[in-house]
Amino acid sequence: MSDQEIEVPAARGAAVEDTITQDQVKAPRKGVLHGAAGRNLGLVIALVAICIVGVVTAGDRFASVNNLLTILRLASVLGVLSIGMTFVITGGGIDLSVGSVVGLASVWATTLATQTLAGNLNWGVMVVCALAVGLCAGLVNGVLIAYGKVVAFIATLSMLVAARGLAEIIARRQTQVVRVQGFKDFFLADPFGIPTLVWIFVVVAVAGWILLNRTTFGRRTIAVGGNPEAARLAGIKVKRHTMYLYALSGLAAGIGGVMMLGRTTAGSSTNGQLYELDAIAAVVVGGTLLAGGRGTIVGTVLGVLIFTTLSNIFTQNNLSISAQAVAKGVIIVVAVMLQQRIADRSRSKT
Amino acid sequence: MVNADPPVLLHMRGIVKHFPGARALDGVDLDIRAGEVHCLLGQNGAGKSTLIKVLAGAHQPDEGEILVDGSPVTISHPVAGLKLGIATMYQELDVVDGLSVAENVYLGHELAVGGFSQRRAATANTRTILKRLGHGDISPHREVGRLSAAGKQIVSMARALSHDARVIVMDEPSAVLDSEEVKNLFRVVRELTSSGVAVVYISHRLEEIRQIGDRITVLKDGRTVATGLPVADTPTAELIRLMTGRTVEYAIPPRPPVADDAPTVLHVDGLGLKGAFRDVSFDVRAGEVVGLAGLVGSGRTEILETIFGARKRTAGTVSVGGQALRAGAVSKAVEAGIGLCPEERKSQGLILDEPVYRNITLSTFTRTANASFLDERSERRAAKVQIDALDVRPSDPERTARTLSGGNQQKVLLARWLVHGCRVLLLDEPTRGVDVGARAEIYALIADLAKSGAAVVVVSSEIAEVIGLSDRILVVSEGRVVHDGPASGIDEHRVLDLVMEGSAA
Repeated sequence: MSDQEIEVPAARGAAVEDTITQDQVKAPRKGVLHGAAGRNLGLVIALVAICIVGVVTAGDRFASVNNLLTILRLASVLGVLSIGMTFVITGGGIDLSVGSVVGLASVWATTLATQTLAGNLNWGVMVVCALAVGLCAGLVNGVLIAYGKVVAFIATLSMLVAARGLAEIIARRQTQVVRVQGFKDFFLADPFGIPTLVWIFVVVAVAGWILLNRTTFGRRTIAVGGNPEAARLAGIKVKRHTMYLYALSGLAAGIGGVMMLGRTTAGSSTNGQLYELDAIAAVVVGGTLLAGGRGTIVGTVLGVLIFTTLSNIFTQNNLSISAQAVAKGVIIVVAVMLQQRIADRSRSKT
Repeated sequence: MVNADPPVLLHMRGIVKHFPGARALDGVDLDIRAGEVHCLLGQNGAGKSTLIKVLAGAHQPDEGEILVDGSPVTISHPVAGLKLGIATMYQELDVVDGLSVAENVYLGHELAVGGFSQRRAATANTRTILKRLGHGDISPHREVGRLSAAGKQIVSMARALSHDARVIVMDEPSAVLDSEEVKNLFRVVRELTSSGVAVVYISHRLEEIRQIGDRITVLKDGRTVATGLPVADTPTAELIRLMTGRTVEYAIPPRPPVADDAPTVLHVDGLGLKGAFRDVSFDVRAGEVVGLAGLVGSGRTEILETIFGARKRTAGTVSVGGQALRAGAVSKAVEAGIGLCPEERKSQGLILDEPVYRNITLSTFTRTANASFLDERSERRAAKVQIDALDVRPSDPERTARTLSGGNQQKVLLARWLVHGCRVLLLDEPTRGVDVGARAEIYALIADLAKSGAAVVVVSSEIAEVIGLSDRILVVSEGRVVHDGPASGIDEHRVLDLVMEGSAA
């Protein structure tokens, strides 16, 4: 016998991870609080509870049409970022750069040159500029992560710092007021009584839902996030798709930049600061798995609404921003713990 | 060697351990005498690792008893095992690279007075232990990360001795060592046993067991099939028979021979992958099954993965139906009609938390989609057809893949390529972890696939299985094809001989 390893065939019936007896193969319980619908129901209940708190503590100040629209308008920028973030996280990644990209896009779209061009041609030039900036930033992230093999956390953290810096250089740390009237007219309008910003959020959310749930792009996203190696061996181009995901998130940040301009009518390098954290929090609270492989657009929208409504109630009751921050932290932890609990339970049941 | 009547240190009787859905251990008996080297033999998955973990206190047995010095004990957690004098050296050396040798030796039971570590005492004791192991040359202050694998193993052993271990379990200690280091390991083991310590030695290398072992226990399918065999008087053939002994006959359906005019579908020419294999050439015709036989690590899995493009070849060409494939492009290979059922179903094949039907259509959902919009109805329909045809149980397409047994998961992977309509199917260990009944079904499936004109390449560790399934056998040894001939003209022994010759060359 040589020194070579002798033939060692795999075990059969006794292989632990592979044999599952019939009694364990019972159908998973389909209770109200299980599955995606159940998770969303939980979020709706939470949102309703928060609203009740709002009505009780702030009364008519909270429960007015005006205030409702304020909440929605505030939710819209974060919402669009969160939709993009949902794709990245579902695909097994993370994008820390979106807040900075919002700032960069808003600054680049309001430089003297861009605004002059926009004034001469069409205000759409500003929009295209912001979207292009966002898309490029996202592509840089995507190429670094997918092909440069840089860890997503580091690549997008670098973009967070760099994009903010670039925005400061371009704006020379000054606020660039939007002077193009057409732009302001469009974004400050209320078609059918609802602000343009909210309409944009609705359109992006619906498009995101369709993209994630009804298209091959969405299916690929889930596959890549769920098991990249299995996806690769099934013939999916995992690297290219990963790049697309970050490009999409960058594009969403570009849209966010435009919306920020529409809301504040000023481009500033400080626009969108810390939005990346709020977006990640909203996505995770919404039920998208941080580990990838499962994502929910409806959950993300509810997560965004929960956070924004909560902020509004705090403001209505003259509570400090600091207190809001504490509450946010607690909510994130509790929500993620609940999710974990549900995930463990469904796993051990099946 | 063993005295006439050495005391039994440790006794395991009728150990049974269930895991959800499986009996990992199903009645294991073992007795370890002081001062002996007791070898544990068994195939992968025979239950060795579980047994070690039961001994170490990492798992609790469901039935059976463990006696230390004749009195029953419960090893409820790893520290309890150490207190009883049972120490384990795991295969993946469990040392902390960033700490010093002495810190590693006393990891978890640091010498301390009132919370202040007694570095000097720890250093002195470590030095004594290292000397006892014949390695006074290793400084206790040395950072472990800068030691070789052999050095780390000594540290691991020193840790066992720092617990006054009387039984040291070594899980494939030679796997990371070169032959000189193995000699040194054996010297250390002999020194340990001469001082009355018992060593439970696990290795796949029978040659080593001949050199160092006193007695052998063979495990198969979680059971002890033979225990206390004297190493000196047990022939190798007997050991192999005990480990691999067929308890079930292979139910491989007979197939008609491949038609002479069958066209060549897969053409592999001079294929090579640096560091894994080189110069592999063979053709597979429509309806033909070609088997790759060889040992673990011979390069057979790498050959399949390189044909598929999952690894980027460094030499040669692969073509399907005359069309050359680009190197390292899985998506192109899939388009050309190649499918791979990988060795590691769970980590490489399935998306465990997705429903079965989506796992089945993972390679085809793009094709059935209309302008990028998924057609889930046709996906479900196609999946259901395969689920019924392959008898996947349970037959619910919505169930998550995680909940299926190994055999049914394998069927899901086969179904994926059936839906795709493959011309070439590469199967890596298609029956690993699959129970007997499902195995027969998978054999029948492979036969059907070939009958329908697919070219099939099978890799399996079970030589009898490869021979039974295939029309032609390639024997792979150390990254080279050492034999290529019809399966009818070869048997298990001949294959093993070829493998041995190949590795000797």
